[in-house]
Amino acid sequence: MTALLGALIGRLPIGWLQLIHSKTRLAAAMAGVAFANILVLVQLGIMGSLNNSILISYGLLDADIMISAENANTLTEGDNVARQRMFQALAVPGVQSAMPFYVATADWQRPDGDTTAFTTFGIDPERGDFLSDDLAPFAPRLRLRDSAVIDRGARGIDPETLAAIGPDNPMRFEVSGLTLTAVDTLVGGGGFAGDGYMLVSDQTFHRIFPNRSTGAPDHILIKIAADADPAAVLAALQAQFDGTGLRVRGLEDAALEDQAYQTTERPTGLIFGFGVVIGVLVGIVIVYQILSTDVADHLAEYATFKAMGYGQSMFLGIVLEQAVILGILGFIPGIIVSWLLYEMLGAMTGLPVELTLVTTAAVFAGTIIACLVSGAIATRRLAAADPADLF
Amino acid sequence: MDAPVKDSLPAVAEAPPIRVTGLNHFFGDGEARKQALFDVDLTVRPGSLTVLMGPSGSGKTTVLTLMGCLRDVQDGSVELLGHELNGAREADLVLYRRRLGFIFQAHNLHGSLTARQNVMMGLQVHGHKDEALQRKAAAHLLAALGLGDRLDYLPGNLSGGQKQRVAVARALVGNPAIVFADEPTAALDKESGMTVVRMLKQMGRERGTTTMMVTHDNRILELADRIVTMEDGRIVKDTAP
Ligand SMILES: Nc1ncnc2c1ncn2[C@@H]1O[C@H](COP(=O)(O)OP(=O)(O)OP(=O)(O)O)[C@@H](O)[C@H]1O
Ligand SMILES: [Mg+2]
Repeated sequence: MTALLGALIGRLPIGWLQLIHSKTRLAAAMAGVAFANILVLVQLGIMGSLNNSILISYGLLDADIMISAENANTLTEGDNVARQRMFQALAVPGVQSAMPFYVATADWQRPDGDTTAFTTFGIDPERGDFLSDDLAPFAPRLRLRDSAVIDRGARGIDPETLAAIGPDNPMRFEVSGLTLTAVDTLVGGGGFAGDGYMLVSDQTFHRIFPNRSTGAPDHILIKIAADADPAAVLAALQAQFDGTGLRVRGLEDAALEDQAYQTTERPTGLIFGFGVVIGVLVGIVIVYQILSTDVADHLAEYATFKAMGYGQSMFLGIVLEQAVILGILGFIPGIIVSWLLYEMLGAMTGLPVELTLVTTAAVFAGTIIACLVSGAIATRRLAAADPADLF
Repeated sequence: MDAPVKDSLPAVAEAPPIRVTGLNHFFGDGEARKQALFDVDLTVRPGSLTVLMGPSGSGKTTVLTLMGCLRDVQDGSVELLGHELNGAREADLVLYRRRLGFIFQAHNLHGSLTARQNVMMGLQVHGHKDEALQRKAAAHLLAALGLGDRLDYLPGNLSGGQKQRVAVARALVGNPAIVFADEPTAALDKESGMTVVRMLKQMGRERGTTTMMVTHDNRILELADRIVTMEDGRIVKDTAP
């Protein structure tokens, strides 16, 4: 290791030798960097899973454009859209088809006393083409009143029970006094908004939520004709509904705006963002403390090197060498522990947490940069090394 | 800053290694300002061992640090190997220091580096890149100082005398023109102190090194070519034994 570093730096790796000479300091620094990494990665993981779960919820649909109320920042939030808007939209050239889309949360009071909150999608069972390819085949089977397809990953329900559900083995359960029949399961993936997804027909939806008007869906989904210019149709629809208090967006844009809203404007998102900042600061402070203590402890040695004719750049080099080494050595346990935590978090919550290569690379780069910043601040103490004090 | 070394320091023909003229030095500012050196003149012959003596506080260390480019010259002239230090730029002082060797009262070895690595630091400052060669040169010199079996020891595992011999090797390995030593034996017992100084003297003679040494140890005086005595910041006696 020493020889390798020496060849790399072109001189004795003094910073490295100093670090391994005081093992406790090295261990403390590594723990500090690892801790900061874990803090940042766990926050990023939760944020990432928030983002993922939002994408997943939009991914259950298949449409080009979504018309929503202006204050509908997420699928479930905000006002409704009058159904007559759908007919206005259908009159716009290039619009091929449209479907009213209902969303609400249905609570199942489970026999064990707890509740499972289903994010319930009410759709027209004749319009399976507005669902993702995976879900589309379920649409016709929802024609039967009070039938539902529920999330295989729904929280609070025994996974084996869920897995066993099928055409031959339906599961009956009660929501708002209504007995529903789960005829199959879908792969949704638990989100932050609910414990799982449930797909029902618009008819069934109104039986579950009797006070929701059939004339006021939450969103209107639109498909564009194959030969039409999507941008032009979008612009035409936006012009059509200008000033009506509606927002007309591509479905993907809606998903992205939802993500931006939930991660930057909602307290949950803000808290996690704040956690990342705290993690970075903790890391910088710990590494700075360790490095500046190390400089202070070696002032006599540095002064000696100065007397021998070494210039300032070599001392900067030593400190920055240490900073980079600490960054690398701390990152390794940090990423391993974070990965384990991700696995645990995913298993426990069913949230789509995933340690991506991009996140790993970004956090590694951030770690090295943060360590260099700490090192750069710690080098200010080098000025105190005065060779005249040695005699 | 420390890469291009080679001969940015041209040898000035026949200049004495050290020539001090009219040197005054002050410590502190304003009310607390105190003169530590008064009109010091001293010229040293190449290859000689000069011992600097005098009571505590007489200014020996101050003279040494001024000659060794470790302190800025305020008033008067210090010529080192023909280069005027008064008003010299810091970058030049760094270059001049590379022609010098220092041995301090405390060994000042780097505790995280082995004996050999400490000595190698005295070579690397000259921009030598060949590590195998450095390792060999350091081992050779340490062996000559009787430390051939201690090459890979950390200073913490060496005795005081052994550490000071490593410090001697570190000071000499770069073939300095001048070696400055300030009470190099103070922390050692008499026997190992004498061993260190004898080795220093012998190596200096072999290499033609000029040596300036501050010491209180009377036995060392026998080895000196010249003895300069200071009192209250002035040179009061200058003899060749
Ligand atoms: N950094 C400093 N600041 C202020 N005064 C100093 C400083 N260094 C030395 N002096 C003063 O300068 C004078 C000369 O000190 P110097 O250290 O050169 O003496 P010395 O002959 O080396 O003494 P010793 O034998 O005790 O080492 C003393 O009066 C000392 O108090
Ligand atoms: Mg002194």
